[in-house]
Amino acid sequence: MKFSESWLREWVNPSVDTEELVAQLTMAGLEVDAVEPVAPEFSGVVIGQIISAEQHPNADKLRVCQVAGGEAEVTQVVCGAPNAREGIKIPFATVGAKLPDDFNIKKAKLRDVESFGMLCGSDEVGLGEASEGLWELPADAPVGADLRDYLNLDDQIIEVDLTPNRGDCLSIRGLARETGVLNLSPVREQPCDTVTATITDSFNIELQAPAACPRYAGRIIKNVDVSAESPMWLQEKLRRSGVRSIDAVVDVTNYVMLELGQPMHAFDFAKLDGGIVVRMAEQGEKLQLLDDSAVELNADTLVIADQKKAVAMAGIMGGADTAVSSETCDIFLESAYFDPIAIAGRSRAYGMHTDSSHRFERGVDPKLQEVAIERATALLLDIVGGEVGPVSIIEAQDNLSQEAEVILTRARLEQQLGLPLEGNQVDEMLERLGLQVLSRSEKDWVCKVPSWRFDIAIEADLIEEVARIYGYNRLPTSTISCELPIEVTPETKRGLPRLREQLVARGYREAITYCFVDPEVQKHLTPDIEAVALANAIASDMSEMRTTLWSGLLPAVRHNLNRQQSRVRLFETGLNFVPENDQLQQKPMIAGVVTGSNVPESWVSDQSPVDFYDVKGDVEALLKLSQVFDQFEFVKGNHPALHPGQCARIERQGELVGWLGQLHPRVHKALDLSQPVFVFELCLKPVLNDEIPAFKGLSKFPEVRRDLALIIDEDISAGDLCNTVRQNAGGQLVDLKVFDVYQGKGIENNRKSIALGLTFRDSSRTLTEDEINVAVEAVVNALEKQHAASLRG
Amino acid sequence: MENLELLASEAEKAVDQAADVASLDQVRVEYLGKKGLLTGLLKGLGKLSPEERPAAGARINEVKQQVQEKINLRRDNMENAAVEARLASEAVDVTLPGRGEDVGGLHLVTHTMERIESFFSRVGYTVEEGPEVEDDYHNFEALNIPAHHPARAMHDTFYVNENTVLRTHTSPVQIRTMESQEPPIRIICPGRVYRCDSDITHTPMFHQVEGLVVDKNVSMADLKGTIDQFLKAFFEEDLPVRFRPSYFPFTEPSAEVDIQCTNCQGKGCRICKNTGWLEVMGCGMVHPNVFAHCNVDANEYSGFAFGMGVERLAMLRYGVTDLRLFFENDLQFLRQF
Repeated sequence: MKFSESWLREWVNPSVDTEELVAQLTMAGLEVDAVEPVAPEFSGVVIGQIISAEQHPNADKLRVCQVAGGEAEVTQVVCGAPNAREGIKIPFATVGAKLPDDFNIKKAKLRDVESFGMLCGSDEVGLGEASEGLWELPADAPVGADLRDYLNLDDQIIEVDLTPNRGDCLSIRGLARETGVLNLSPVREQPCDTVTATITDSFNIELQAPAACPRYAGRIIKNVDVSAESPMWLQEKLRRSGVRSIDAVVDVTNYVMLELGQPMHAFDFAKLDGGIVVRMAEQGEKLQLLDDSAVELNADTLVIADQKKAVAMAGIMGGADTAVSSETCDIFLESAYFDPIAIAGRSRAYGMHTDSSHRFERGVDPKLQEVAIERATALLLDIVGGEVGPVSIIEAQDNLSQEAEVILTRARLEQQLGLPLEGNQVDEMLERLGLQVLSRSEKDWVCKVPSWRFDIAIEADLIEEVARIYGYNRLPTSTISCELPIEVTPETKRGLPRLREQLVARGYREAITYCFVDPEVQKHLTPDIEAVALANAIASDMSEMRTTLWSGLLPAVRHNLNRQQSRVRLFETGLNFVPENDQLQQKPMIAGVVTGSNVPESWVSDQSPVDFYDVKGDVEALLKLSQVFDQFEFVKGNHPALHPGQCARIERQGELVGWLGQLHPRVHKALDLSQPVFVFELCLKPVLNDEIPAFKGLSKFPEVRRDLALIIDEDISAGDLCNTVRQNAGGQLVDLKVFDVYQGKGIENNRKSIALGLTFRDSSRTLTEDEINVAVEAVVNALEKQHAASLRG
Repeated sequence: MENLELLASEAEKAVDQAADVASLDQVRVEYLGKKGLLTGLLKGLGKLSPEERPAAGARINEVKQQVQEKINLRRDNMENAAVEARLASEAVDVTLPGRGEDVGGLHLVTHTMERIESFFSRVGYTVEEGPEVEDDYHNFEALNIPAHHPARAMHDTFYVNENTVLRTHTSPVQIRTMESQEPPIRIICPGRVYRCDSDITHTPMFHQVEGLVVDKNVSMADLKGTIDQFLKAFFEEDLPVRFRPSYFPFTEPSAEVDIQCTNCQGKGCRICKNTGWLEVMGCGMVHPNVFAHCNVDANEYSGFAFGMGVERLAMLRYGVTDLRLFFENDLQFLRQF
């Protein structure tokens, strides 16, 4: 809410300066967002009147004006504005005037004619947008008066960012109340006398939705002159509140809304048929609105209708067909109370937000309607004249909520604030806030909440009010103290930080990418998963939830490849969103993406492009942080986004844990990745689920190693071979290593050589040569039988 | 005996002239060996009178000793020189960089969250997490934000469907914790949150850390103390902190927390919009309606909650000027932390 400080001070005028006032409001919870002068600095501008305007002898577009209002009786000014003509009153910058942007007015000669000053448009004194002509001031403007004084320009526009609970402060009156409370200053209510009706015409009002609209006031005003302009003071107050002047009738309703907080509406009476009906809309009912948009109404929307049609979205916006226009002669003025629940959310549902809906959603004082309609009538009579009918007020008493009674207990107050307060101190604060203390005792206060405070309903609300008025920063501060029992925490749950540290130590940078990703990227990565889409995404490339962390990481790789970074190693941890059996699974994952050389570029020239085994080493390092590494298995796999020959399923005891591989060339191309990228992704749960280490005794006896060089078919995996070895070597095999793999010269086509190192040891004795030979023979036999392996000669 | 002096000086000359350890050993044999020239002189002692013998013998042995020492010294020098020559040949350029993988790094958000977590976990808070696709009930309803409440406009919400949203804050974790645990509760809830808002100062995803304490007799003074101590610890500075009344549907009383502007020390600058203060957190006493939704007896227990934006705090602490950099994942940015 924007307002002018001087307007506020008409209502309440504490002896504090602007800075102090602003600080008070902010510290009372009405946060001031901005303070700016209503006009830029300028001086030497008076109200002038053009006495005569003659054609310039040497220039078609210039006029030589004789102007009253300066120091001399008349001053000659050469002026180029098209509307410079005899009689009008205009801002006159006299010689010596300083205009905004350091523009100093001096005596000048224009095409041989002397000019003493300048006649100004509104933009030239910083009060309007660039315009062609002079600013024509009202006919009653006092010639010779300083423009700043006349327009009261030594004023500030203050903008408060009000929280939704303080709808009562969406008016000068409400802000004045609050300012009065903070300064113990009296608030001067503006005169609001009842306007005596001069005609008896009235209009039937029917409340068909009394819960949504329990109170409606209306009045007819006949024979108004809609061509009359709003007075300058009114226009200026509106401008300083950020409201544009439209016409006198609309300006007055806006003015009353800003001043008292009651949104109002004026209908062209001639366009209304038979009487006002406040009812719920019919589903699909159509209405053309003031802003020329056409809406199809939902049945949950409250409308103002006449006997035939809807004429306004109640509390939100009026209809175009019944709006006041230049032909309007009679008007019907509306001042109603709509229940916040009936208005809340409706305007947003139609994509609309108006000053009116903003106030009704937050709560308009249900006792304000007559006051507002009288105030508006009085102002209208002054400006547009007319004959006034009586105010009709229709009320649904049962639906008007009673003013709440709230009990504040001393014990709770003191416990919550950590502070004892004197009894009368609390009384005084409550009363300043407009609360009526119905009864008080040593233990509690029973308070009646004023009709404008929608935010006070329970004891906690009163505690906040007391704290607010007392001052949050004056409240005591303490260190919390409590029992700190030691909790059992399972050692088998490994922490994520260790995984992160491991990857960091291996040269990975952590990335954080958006969880909503580009479907065009994701469809290449998980084509078989239907991702969760956002109903209101902000952009099409951020419109569905990721089903793999790669959907965010790969665009990050591309971002860096496109910026001369040829070696990128990123990882991320976070949730994946995968629908499974009608349920959305939100699984914590860790994923990495790697591209470029296997080691950073350096003077040691042993770089080659990163390959599958480099990245597998990183993944194994993560798994080896646990005690259960041998439960994990890398199995040749098939993933739609991965290279069919370089793709591993990672399993823990048969259960899928993750994937590792090179991106499929098709995906490289689709994602515009200029070099091969390796990726991995693991479910965190099985990876972090560990076992507690169990000590085994050390063996004092020597270990014996035997190496086997085998020739096998090339498509037999090392993993299968090792499994066979383990199953047949007996319990004394303590270690098994693959220490060479060779294919090429000396080996038949489609065959490969693989060298295994077997280490045997017993914990209780030295193994004999015979025992080891038996074990090795068993292994060799099994390998021959199961894999057609032959020992290399 | 006049021969002794001559032999001594010849021996010393030979020692000096020996080029290596082997020739030095030859010199030793030649003069000091069993058949050596100096040893030979001892055999000639018999020709002297018994009175002269002891002095002459002592003199010969003294000279032998001198020559031996000379040889030892010469050998040591030769060996040291050899070692030094070898070491010199093995010298490396210590300014060349070491071999192997570079060290990576954590994202600034993770670093900041871990730091915040550590302050609180040291004083008995536990870390709780929850889903990011959240139901309307836990994100709004249970937090005292019913449908159509104007406060919903404060949260520009991403919807998956009518009843499912991307959580707009980590507060649903507080609800889930109160649903499943009995007081006393002391938790912090770090995590990603989402609002459909994107401009220079807003990203549609950001991180929050929220805290919740529920116990008997928890007061606003406890809340103020907790926030004040945390902020001073986070910025490692005795920063002025102030509390301003504000509004959140899930707390009452509610407060915004400002710190003195870290850029201008409160003098007023562009960053603090000339107010001298920066808004960094929201907090308040848990609203009785929230307790009611979670079956916590508001007559027996009270509590406070607070929440902060991680990126905001990180920007202030490390001087990052553009929020959007956090999620671009440009290596130029990531490598700085």
